[in-house]
Amino acid sequence: MADKKFNPLPGFGLTLGFTLFYLSVIVLIPIAALFLKSFSLSWREFLDLATNARALAAYKLTFGASAIAALANAVFGTLLAWVLVRYDFPGRRFIDALVDFPFALPTAVAGLTLASLFAENGWLGQFLVPYGIKGAFTPLGVVLALTFVGMPFVVRTLQPVLENFDRGVEEAAATLGAGRWRTFLRIIAPTLLPTIITGFALAFARAIGEYGSIVFISGNMPFQTEIAPTLIVMRLESYDYTGAMALAIVLMLFSFVLLAAINWLENWAGKFTKQ
Amino acid sequence: MSIELKNVSKKFGGVSAVHEVSFSVNDGELVALLGPSGCGKTTVLRMISGLELPTGGDLFVRGVRVNDIPVQQRNIGFVFQSYALFKNMTVFKNIAFGLKIKKWKQADIAARVAELLTLLGLEGFENRYPHQLSGGQRQRVAIARALAPKPSVLLLDEPFGAVDAKIRQELREWLVHLHHDLKVTTLFVTHDQEEAMEVSNRIVIFSRGHLEQVGTPREVYEQPVNEFVARFIGVMNVLELEVRGGIARAHELEFPNHGLPDGQRLRIGFRPYAVQISTNLKTFRYQAVLRHTYFLGVLLRLELELPSGLTVRARMTKEEFAHLGLSDGQSVSMQIRQYRVLAHEGEVLRPEVATTYDIPVNLGEGI
Amino acid sequence: MTASTQRRERTAASTRSTQESPFVKWTLIGVAMLFAGVFLLLPLLNVFVQAFSAGWAGYWGALTDEDTFSAIKLTLIIAAISVPLNVVFGLAASWCIAKFDFRGKAMLLTFIDLPFAISPVVSGLMIVLLFGAQGYAGEWLQAHDIKIIFALPGMVIATIFVTFPFVARELIPVMQATGSDQEQAALTLGASGWQTFWHVTLPSVKTGLLYGIILCNARAMGEFGAVSVVSGHITGLTDTIPLRVEKLYHEFNPAAPFAVASLLAVLALVTLALKTFLEWREHRRLELAPPPENLPPPA
Repeated sequence: MADKKFNPLPGFGLTLGFTLFYLSVIVLIPIAALFLKSFSLSWREFLDLATNARALAAYKLTFGASAIAALANAVFGTLLAWVLVRYDFPGRRFIDALVDFPFALPTAVAGLTLASLFAENGWLGQFLVPYGIKGAFTPLGVVLALTFVGMPFVVRTLQPVLENFDRGVEEAAATLGAGRWRTFLRIIAPTLLPTIITGFALAFARAIGEYGSIVFISGNMPFQTEIAPTLIVMRLESYDYTGAMALAIVLMLFSFVLLAAINWLENWAGKFTKQ
Repeated sequence: MSIELKNVSKKFGGVSAVHEVSFSVNDGELVALLGPSGCGKTTVLRMISGLELPTGGDLFVRGVRVNDIPVQQRNIGFVFQSYALFKNMTVFKNIAFGLKIKKWKQADIAARVAELLTLLGLEGFENRYPHQLSGGQRQRVAIARALAPKPSVLLLDEPFGAVDAKIRQELREWLVHLHHDLKVTTLFVTHDQEEAMEVSNRIVIFSRGHLEQVGTPREVYEQPVNEFVARFIGVMNVLELEVRGGIARAHELEFPNHGLPDGQRLRIGFRPYAVQISTNLKTFRYQAVLRHTYFLGVLLRLELELPSGLTVRARMTKEEFAHLGLSDGQSVSMQIRQYRVLAHEGEVLRPEVATTYDIPVNLGEGI
Repeated sequence: MTASTQRRERTAASTRSTQESPFVKWTLIGVAMLFAGVFLLLPLLNVFVQAFSAGWAGYWGALTDEDTFSAIKLTLIIAAISVPLNVVFGLAASWCIAKFDFRGKAMLLTFIDLPFAISPVVSGLMIVLLFGAQGYAGEWLQAHDIKIIFALPGMVIATIFVTFPFVARELIPVMQATGSDQEQAALTLGASGWQTFWHVTLPSVKTGLLYGIILCNARAMGEFGAVSVVSGHITGLTDTIPLRVEKLYHEFNPAAPFAVASLLAVLALVTLALKTFLEWREHRRLELAPPPENLPPPA
């Protein structure tokens, strides 16, 4: 009776039991199935499948484009967050609400509309393509799509931090004679940086796994615009399950490493932003 | 007897939060559980309610052992420090909640709620939501909600903790009147000794999970059983004395040795009101300088410094102060009229039941 | 929540020394708006303009196409099964995580987040490996004539997987923030566990729950990668709306995929509108409630 963790609220056993059951059935067993299946491969087979030339080209594009897109989001997302938090201007609330649009819009639609925007006869393409900037069916298109899907991360991670930023610190810097630019570089930027890096990592992680929008905008040409998830689908469609599995394992291990890194980053950033 | 605790203990993990506590509350009493924060008083309250289970001892409510009765069936009114009002319900629904659970008839519920609204001065607020009420009103709703199902005892956790100082004073008086009208056995937790002294019939004093003293406000003030209680209730000058030449001494102050041989020590305490002061340096035995005067309203607190550097706190009324014509920096003579032995020393200082001793004024010329 | 009001007060109160010059300010706003315009506004407008590029008749024709209609139906069925299941899970998980202390809680939270970290394509693949012809349960399922892959059950499972964390993640912080005081108060008043949950807990996390449901639903209806892998792309049978968009796109019909996609864009806009509305209502409830002193005297 004398449980040291006595809690008068009922239902702990029931809810925890159901949670663990549902988690196991929906998430853990499928993940385990993937790893177990992959054990049927020998190490050599696995390496061959996971690192052949086409796979390497796909990784290169996936990771490269994801990194560039996340970087673009780090820069422009920070700017957007700053502008939305610090300034008042017509349409601010509308844009603020619209920042979540990439979360809400199915990625297939995102790919479809971006491909059409940057196509030769598209709204933006008609101006850009004559200058050699081709956004559709090129690696650039992959970057554009990944920038779109990752956009809310940096903005939404940074906004609360900026809102809670102690203006007194800036005022103190000003009273000590620091100019605005110096205050930003020396005082504001170092405080925000850990959060920006967290947002970058979140956008990067999201981009690595993205598939829906890329299908539409990249053209899926092997060695050129084929990302890793697309290659998995290609292999699946030709009933090459082991080949798909090997790639999936690589992607998933990478996701887990990123997840751990993001958890660590969030803790780290939390220390900087706690008042 | 409404509530009785027999050797009740509570351990969290390996840490003892409440250690073998025994006390009882009589029917219709208003009792304060007093102690510094983290002393286990809230844990005691929660164990009585059933929100926490004791790890040892027995709990009785109206003569029935309730250790194994779940919180729902203990028929106890509990007022949370945060009030814990149901945010999504109106005042009416908050108060009616316990009655609905007990499956009262709709008409009876309406009547009971109306009765409580009147009793607590909440008429007209029944359709408000908690966020539309002031702190004091929220507290009254919380009390009404707890009283609605006619509980056998009412438990309040820091009932005045969350309201500001001005309202707190009103609420104290209001609680006394409410208790007077309802006669429901009430136990409340507080860390504020003034509050406990003012409101309750009896006080249960805790420190570090131990029960230190149970008594009326007057008893715990005038006859504290040990140094903790003495220091916690009101202001007490505490001195450690050493017996030399048959006299117990601390700095220049001298007291009887209470039969202790030379070299032994004892602790004594005296209240500021027991210090007598005269501007005539010959009137009393000890010389002192008035260092600071603190105005507390009708009363003043004086800080006296003896030649050895020892500071003694004294107290007098505004009128006495004016009559004596005192000012900071002035030399005075002083005398301790009454003191209390708090602990004796054998080999080590050991607490014992304290006793009060009066010093006749004529002892001023020497013991 | 007070941030916007605080911001205005601060902006008004702060001296020029902590503000940028108007030139810098408006340049920053300009660049940010250009970025937001290209990546938020134009893609949104483009969907609708392209959708109507073949006129009303074309738009209507694309939407009332029989295969499109069956895709809409399938999407609704999948959402109608997967969202309620994730709601039940979210409520159970948030109850035990927010109201109780137990070992391994941090690990459980990480596990709940896992589906967000895994590529939807990989999620789909995992389900194929479990239930497909080559999978662990494949032979048994075939012997008992149960179709999971390339059929509704597989698509539902894939959808549940990718939308798994939404409701739980919204509810856990809300339930943690409200604490257990209200529940304990209900218990002292004699309420049972279920009564406490229904009358006290559920109403107090209503907004968070709605929020989670809206996000979960948007993702469930819009999921592409995971569903695509397990669907088999059988026109009129296992195409959801997003899959139908892809199929129409490959048919090189310029307006039809946009017409169907406009349904999803409307879904996204409704989701955003509901989300903004819920935030606004919560904000008003919490912050703009009249301070008690200023209330009119009770009637």
